[in-house]
Amino acid sequence: MKIPNIRWFSFWKLVLYFVLAAGLYATVYRFFLGLGPSTNLTDQFPWGIWIGFDVLCGVMLAAGGFTLTGAVHIFNIKRLHPIVRPTVLTAFLGYVLVSVALMVDLGRPYNIWHPLIMWNPHSVMFEVGWCVMLYTTVLALEFAPVVLERFRLEKLLRIIRGISVPVVIAGVILSTLHQSSLGSVYLIVPTKLHPFWYTPLLPAFFFLSAIAVGLAMTIFESSMSAKHFGRQLELHILKDLGRALMVVLIVYSVLRVEDLIHRGVLKQVLVAGYERNLLLLEVALALVIPIVLLSFRKVRETPGGLYLASVSTLLGFVTNRLNVAVTGMEASAGVRYFPKWTEIAVTAAIVGAGFAIFGLAAKYLPIFPEESHVASPEPRAKEAVVVMSHAD
Amino acid sequence: MSKALLYDATLCIGCKQCEQGCADQNKLSYDDKIAAEQRQSDHKFTVVLAKDDKFMRRLCMNCNDPACVSVCPVAALRKTPAGPVIYEVSRCMGCRYCMIACPFGVPRYEWNSVNPKVQKCTMCSERVLAGKQTACAEICPTGATKFGERSELLAEARQRLRENPGKYVDHIYGENEVGGTSVLLLSSVPFEEFGYRTDFPSDPLPNRTFAVQSRIPDFVPLWGSLLGGIWWITHRREEVAKAEGQDGKKGGTK
Repeated sequence: MKIPNIRWFSFWKLVLYFVLAAGLYATVYRFFLGLGPSTNLTDQFPWGIWIGFDVLCGVMLAAGGFTLTGAVHIFNIKRLHPIVRPTVLTAFLGYVLVSVALMVDLGRPYNIWHPLIMWNPHSVMFEVGWCVMLYTTVLALEFAPVVLERFRLEKLLRIIRGISVPVVIAGVILSTLHQSSLGSVYLIVPTKLHPFWYTPLLPAFFFLSAIAVGLAMTIFESSMSAKHFGRQLELHILKDLGRALMVVLIVYSVLRVEDLIHRGVLKQVLVAGYERNLLLLEVALALVIPIVLLSFRKVRETPGGLYLASVSTLLGFVTNRLNVAVTGMEASAGVRYFPKWTEIAVTAAIVGAGFAIFGLAAKYLPIFPEESHVASPEPRAKEAVVVMSHAD
Repeated sequence: MSKALLYDATLCIGCKQCEQGCADQNKLSYDDKIAAEQRQSDHKFTVVLAKDDKFMRRLCMNCNDPACVSVCPVAALRKTPAGPVIYEVSRCMGCRYCMIACPFGVPRYEWNSVNPKVQKCTMCSERVLAGKQTACAEICPTGATKFGERSELLAEARQRLRENPGKYVDHIYGENEVGGTSVLLLSSVPFEEFGYRTDFPSDPLPNRTFAVQSRIPDFVPLWGSLLGGIWWITHRREEVAKAEGQDGKKGGTK
């Protein structure tokens, strides 16, 4: 494999350096001054975007990993195989970055290992912590063949391939548990979380939306890879993902409406208000727009249309997680929360680091397997151009 | 048996001796400026709120089945059999889930520290274990805050309601709220006026979580065997197809 040189300066690279530098500065600021001066968190509002976005959305956006490995290795849907590697890489990066972000948010981050020996099985957070830790290990094992292939470590490769099926099954179980449990985290606050979002079905909604986001994220990544690495999935794979996404979104919508009806909250949706408006934004982005888009054959079968539908889905469920973590908790707290610049800087740097590391890995590791090169010779030629332009 | 506090707001004269006693017991500084603060904080675990000539205390309710204890991932918070809900800082990793979970919004954080602790009233657990009453109850000059067995204090509260019709709001706050608390309140003005919510369910909040969490041990082997079974069927079909010499419809090599 040819190792391309990196071009250090371009507009987006400079933006990235700025974002990373600002994030680093904010992190130093946070560790020297404490959480009070460096955030807008208070006794009334102890969880902000570091939990609402970095943790809740981070784990959700990494859901492509278990969705795809499950579909390919357990359900044996072979045509999705070419996208397993980039998806597993995104998932692995996602979980590592979530852990980094959590270290910034924790008041005593050096005690993050305590759940290993200090158990409280009644705590949802205890369970999520264990699942995330184990699942990150699973993702490392699932991604290991890529690194081992690169360095031609055949013996280790054979061992890892030998245990791949139980590893994939363990990954799907662990993901089912913690994706839903991030919803269960909020089951303890029936008196605090707004009734638009508090429901005993929280874990089911978090799990279903994780699958939708996993599919949307895969479409999104494919489009991004096409743009930046000249690699793109064959359209028929994207179409399959689009159809699956539409089905999951419809199932989610039906369950969501049924839930609002049975809890007698549907009437409140008609009354204008802060929470109502953000609920409508969430529903429009996550459900209405993508379902309408995907229901047109012309949209569903073009890369551009699928890209739009997936971006809308992603933005919609990010809004959903922020509504649960922030919007829905504000009224009972009696305060409004908006993140301080330091909180935004750290979060932006985490996202930026994710893009940067994925870009580097895409260049240096064989994450787009050979079959896809053979299957689509055109993008490969395009990639050669990209490589050359990077080598200048 | 479980100890408790009974606070009768109609006996309170707003002298704030309990605030002073609490600060002394917990080695917190206390002066006129802090006395004037009308909210609980990391340096003020109990506060006497005043509205005209009516008073009301706020402090940790030390719930019977506390949400904070159930959510703490490292069991840094614990409900002691004697009643107090205590906090062990050496276990804490600072996730602040206890603050999110507490229905009364009690736990406070040392936001300005680089090595922060959760702070709250722990019902003078050391004193209680030593057979003494809490500092606030001991110092109270009017008996508005009274320490004792929870069951006895409940009986006394009921008696006060019965013998003084019309004097009190007909409700013992903390008898049933979120499964009952170790702090019981009586008042002549609605509790809502001092920020106490009266719309709480009477079942403990940890039940909501446990209803889901308790299923996990059953769910894992079930989901695992289902996934394993699907893997077996989808791959077996392929082997059969291969053995019969028909090329798999979808083709592709692994």
